[in-house]
Amino acid sequence: MTSRRTAVKTLGVALGGTALPLASMRSAFAAEPVKVGFVYISPISDAGWTYQHELGRREMVKALGDKVQTKVVENVPEGPDAERVFRELAQSGHKIVFGTSFGYMNYMVKVAQQFPNNDFEHCTGYKTGKNLGIYNGRFYQGRYLCGLVAGKMTKSNIIGFVAAFPIPEVVMAINSFIRGARAVNPKAEMRVIWANTWYDPGKERAAAEALVAQGADVLTHHTDSTVVAQFAEQKGVWVCSYHSDMRKYAPTKQLTASEEIWGGYYTKTIGKVVDGTWKPDNTWGGIKEGMIDIAPLNPAVPADVKAMVLQAKEDIGSGKRHPFEGPVVDQAGKTVVPKGQNITDDALSKMDYYVEGVAGKLPKS
Amino acid sequence: MDTTILTSIFSASIVAGTPLIIAALGELVTEKSGVLNLGLEGLMSIGAITGFVVTNHSGSPVLGVLAAMIAGMAASLVFAIIVLNLTANQVATGLALAIFGVGLAAFVGKPYESVALPPIEPLHIPLLSSIPVIGPALFQQQWLVYFSWLLCAGVIWFLYRSRPGLVLRAVGESPTSAHAVGYSVLTIRYLATMFGGAMAGIGGAFMSLFYTPMWSEGMVAGRGWIALALVVFATWRPLRVLIGAYLFGGVMIAQLFVQGSGLPIEIPSQFLSALPYLATVVVLVIISRNLNTIRLNSPVSLGQSFRPDA
Repeated sequence: MTSRRTAVKTLGVALGGTALPLASMRSAFAAEPVKVGFVYISPISDAGWTYQHELGRREMVKALGDKVQTKVVENVPEGPDAERVFRELAQSGHKIVFGTSFGYMNYMVKVAQQFPNNDFEHCTGYKTGKNLGIYNGRFYQGRYLCGLVAGKMTKSNIIGFVAAFPIPEVVMAINSFIRGARAVNPKAEMRVIWANTWYDPGKERAAAEALVAQGADVLTHHTDSTVVAQFAEQKGVWVCSYHSDMRKYAPTKQLTASEEIWGGYYTKTIGKVVDGTWKPDNTWGGIKEGMIDIAPLNPAVPADVKAMVLQAKEDIGSGKRHPFEGPVVDQAGKTVVPKGQNITDDALSKMDYYVEGVAGKLPKS
Repeated sequence: MDTTILTSIFSASIVAGTPLIIAALGELVTEKSGVLNLGLEGLMSIGAITGFVVTNHSGSPVLGVLAAMIAGMAASLVFAIIVLNLTANQVATGLALAIFGVGLAAFVGKPYESVALPPIEPLHIPLLSSIPVIGPALFQQQWLVYFSWLLCAGVIWFLYRSRPGLVLRAVGESPTSAHAVGYSVLTIRYLATMFGGAMAGIGGAFMSLFYTPMWSEGMVAGRGWIALALVVFATWRPLRVLIGAYLFGGVMIAQLFVQGSGLPIEIPSQFLSALPYLATVVVLVIISRNLNTIRLNSPVSLGQSFRPDA
């Protein structure tokens, strides 16, 4: 019996991908590490949404050491497969399971109800439960800072945005970026191309090409590949990358990048599971919580611009400034949020209009 | 609209159509021999990663393309053994090859995710490339673009003007008759299948070396399936493959340009994204509305196994 249990444990560790040396495995036996499951939508790769979560997991493992034992399941589609993976993780004793894609939501709700003694955390969703918490990042804050840099650096005053799907998350990104740009350059204009895919490097590249051909000299994207950064480098236009620092792909042309930082959140949340104080929560963290940051600025960015951006970052972090502080004026010239007020989180998460400065019409989602 | 934008649209459409043309022409030859290989998506993925790895280590895109071609041939050889010798179901085997190829490429490509290749400079054809508007679009392209045109001419000549081409078509129409007059049906089908694999490999290499010089999992993004559909829509006519691919690429690129123009156009972008597929279907339905052309061009034995008696 003992040998069987050992075998199962060894297998669990091997699958978990945490290369615990044999010696520390023994001590882990005594401490009974908390088993944590992570479910990713795509392969880990080396840049992008899933990669940022993986960086967060690694940071958490470093911080909590042998108090935790993690298992990663990558490339899980948003369908019945996800439900099966959540159930398997819960059944095999993973005290808490993190699901990091919007489409996992209903499956996670279902599995969470079936396993009341396990904890669940869903990223970017809106449904909570007795043992189901949600967390998300205020991506728009990083976007705004990128917009400030782009607004200062553009010569043609045309900024090109390769966008995935017309949903509030992406619309928020577009609006926030151009608000940043116009805060320092009222002539700046945003051109948007909807690729209608999260991931198709060929199409993303073609979209970037179309934007540059029409005069954009700063590009940004809300799609998952690194091709827009790579294309910008090749064409000699600026790029503000998304999700990850993509300097590897655009070593001289990346102005900065809007990054998601999950390490702190994972360390804190899993720490609570270890202490037994975890409760389901609704976290929407930004610069203040250390969940959103920007990559180091390109050396070509003048010192005064750099200082201004870093100041803005501090002000957003401290709450002195909001990327959507009133007046927020939509494309048609209608004031959506009056002067002196900040937009509410609720209005933000339902954003379905372009603000002034964005050209073209927003397709209905 | 100024001419540079027009040139960009033309040029980008040709680039977008090229991997489709190369892969689809290879599949056309395979299908003309009576073999249906649905594994294009997998073969293109294998070609894309092989071309990338070899170019990355050797520094030569020519070697990369050659290696992609060989890898495509090797993978289609496995397919050929299964469906020709073991007479397995071609549809099921082809689908398996598609899934297997995508997975294998992802597995092999894992360490190459972060590698970026230097972009390859287009080949300018002197004189022709200085024609206004169309010159830069047609004659300042990657050399595989010129290859795709030669390939189209070559396939037309081979199928309709050469003796081996006639034999190949005969095998696709009536393997029993071809066998009766002494041709080896299996040998010819092997060759045709491997040619198809080779071209799919090159089509994949075009993606990872010339279109977006990088490797990432899933980068072929359904182009294998589109190439497969093009063959049917083109009613097995090589020149129509070319037209279909450019039409598809052209409409896709044009809709992106329309969006990027920032004009207040009310058409939903989702509709615009579907437009290339719609336009291809509509045009090809129009050019093939004569049922006889479809009947005449569709290989009669397509997808059927052939077992020579004794």
